Amino acid sequence: MAEAQNSPTSGFATAGGPPPVGSTTAGAIAVAAEADSTVATRMSAPPSFDVADFPVPHGREEEWRFTPLERLRGLHDGTAVATGDGVKVAVDAPEGVTVETVGRDDARLGRAGTPVDRVAAQAYSAFERASVVTVPKETVLTEPIRIAVHGEGGVAYGHQLIELGAFAEAVVVIDHTGDAVLAANVDYVLGDGAKLTVVSVQDWDDKAVHAGQHNALVGRDASFKSIIVTFGGDLVRLHPRVNYAGPGGEVEMFGLYFTEKGQHQEHRLFVDHNVPHCKSNVVYKGALQGENAHAVWIGDVLIEAAAEGTDTYEMNRNLVLTDGARVDSVPNLEIETGEIVGAGHASATGRFDDEQLFYLMARGIPEHEARRLVVRGFFAELVQQIGVPDIEERLIAKIEQELEASVA
Amino acid sequence: MATLEIRDLHVTVEADNATKEILKGVDLTVKQGETHAIMGPNGSGKSTLAYSLAGHPKYTITGGTVTLDGEDVIEMSVDERARAGLFLAMQYPVEVPGVSVSNFLRTSATAIRGEAPKLRTWVKEVKEAMERLNMDPSFAERNVNEGFSGGEKKRHEILQLELLKPKVAILDETDSGLDVDALRVVSEGVNRVRETGEVGTLLITHYTRILRYIKPDHVHVFANGRIVESGGPELADKLENEGYEAYVKGGASA
Repeated sequence: MAEAQNSPTSGFATAGGPPPVGSTTAGAIAVAAEADSTVATRMSAPPSFDVADFPVPHGREEEWRFTPLERLRGLHDGTAVATGDGVKVAVDAPEGVTVETVGRDDARLGRAGTPVDRVAAQAYSAFERASVVTVPKETVLTEPIRIAVHGEGGVAYGHQLIELGAFAEAVVVIDHTGDAVLAANVDYVLGDGAKLTVVSVQDWDDKAVHAGQHNALVGRDASFKSIIVTFGGDLVRLHPRVNYAGPGGEVEMFGLYFTEKGQHQEHRLFVDHNVPHCKSNVVYKGALQGENAHAVWIGDVLIEAAAEGTDTYEMNRNLVLTDGARVDSVPNLEIETGEIVGAGHASATGRFDDEQLFYLMARGIPEHEARRLVVRGFFAELVQQIGVPDIEERLIAKIEQELEASVA
Repeated sequence: MATLEIRDLHVTVEADNATKEILKGVDLTVKQGETHAIMGPNGSGKSTLAYSLAGHPKYTITGGTVTLDGEDVIEMSVDERARAGLFLAMQYPVEVPGVSVSNFLRTSATAIRGEAPKLRTWVKEVKEAMERLNMDPSFAERNVNEGFSGGEKKRHEILQLELLKPKVAILDETDSGLDVDALRVVSEGVNRVRETGEVGTLLITHYTRILRYIKPDHVHVFANGRIVESGGPELADKLENEGYEAYVKGGASA
């Protein structure tokens, strides 16, 4: 196990112990007196809605260095042209929810966050119609809103907005299936006291490419829970990002990925504690198996000078099941005020250990059953925190299925 | 009657790019109902014997035979050995994060018994076994060996011994790191299993202390990769008084 356990008091601590072959676990905590955030400035261009403001990446930029650009199929350099039959989006919403399809000029779009890289800006510059799902204030839904995004084999750019009025409560499940080359952003706007749980499942076919930015703007005393589940696709690269619109916001960001042979799955998180007395808790867990399975996790947390009373923790755990897989896990915590409740991060990448296998097998448990037991256990704790029973069951079934495939 | 027969066992291990022979011809027969204590100084190869019998991949068997009721143990995988009736209580049981004790025990019992134990009787069986070992019921919900104290790890090993009912139990330094109270509880657990008369016990230890609680029928002194002297319980008394010095002179200790 390579373990990076840092706390604010430890200053510039980084990973300790030798990492396993084929992984990096480099973390950093910076304590800055000035408001010059390196988390923000190490991007190669400032955020913008216009793709023209971003140079075409060459792969050595901080935000692109882990990504195989050639597998983005032109999403990064303007050569991927929307085909009109890229994806089908179907929204199934309970009564009381407004579902609209709107044009680019709708003033409600783009409020939750600005694209931070060229592909997200490309998506914003290229989409023609956006889906807007609105839950009116004080509406408490008992059934989830289900959004099915099905790839039809083409190239597509998209935008979705999910907005909850003050004190509204909703669960949204976004399901990505099929085959597509898709760049799409999703905005979540939470009114004061609203509660939103979003489960985004990337269950793509083997060749799909999916990139995008998920922006949440969390209202005063609102709660936002994001669960990102990535299983499929050739390349998936998502930016789940959070901003707070007022104090008292609480955010939980959970992620679960199962990276198979040849897949590239990249999750780049950013929590911007820009107002006082907000909480964030980030837990991402991934299992990898097979030659050239590559998972990337970037966890950036910025506590701005104004954000007194912040309480934040982020954790990434990876379980490498076979040789030939690679993990890059980089937690970054930047703190501009000492007047906080807590801040910390941890990152660890471990192999499924021969000694664990021996112990279980020495109790009569066959090897494939032993592996299942460990991987199920690894994910179970996280799955139990989702709080949406049918999603929990589906994920457990999916994990079983992935494991069965690996045993065969 | 189950019998474990070890004949002229030679085992090597790879270390620092060199192959080193650790076991240099071990002969031992353990029959059901018997208790054999294997005693020896550090580095004599006692733990290697335990792990080789269980099939740990680190060790290579280069010569000799091991049979359980005539079946070739060396040919079996680790899990097959366990299902055939071999049990190794480990000196350093490993943590298995995310797997609860109750899930682990049930999965293991299902594998060993060939069918899932009936839930109602199983819950009772586990509960009673845990009570006998002074284990708190909350223990079952903890992850295997995660954050366990030394004593808890050993009780958990003996809990498995009681539940899995092997034909031959190898206890690798089960006494090490235990205080007197924990040693007594653990020893009582081993004795309950021994009293059934259905298990052959191979008790590997550095110290004579545990032999006050678990009375062996045979005592073997292990030095430099083989058994150098065998006798009855009186041999343990001799070791208690004289130590291993007589056996490790002349660089006999590895």
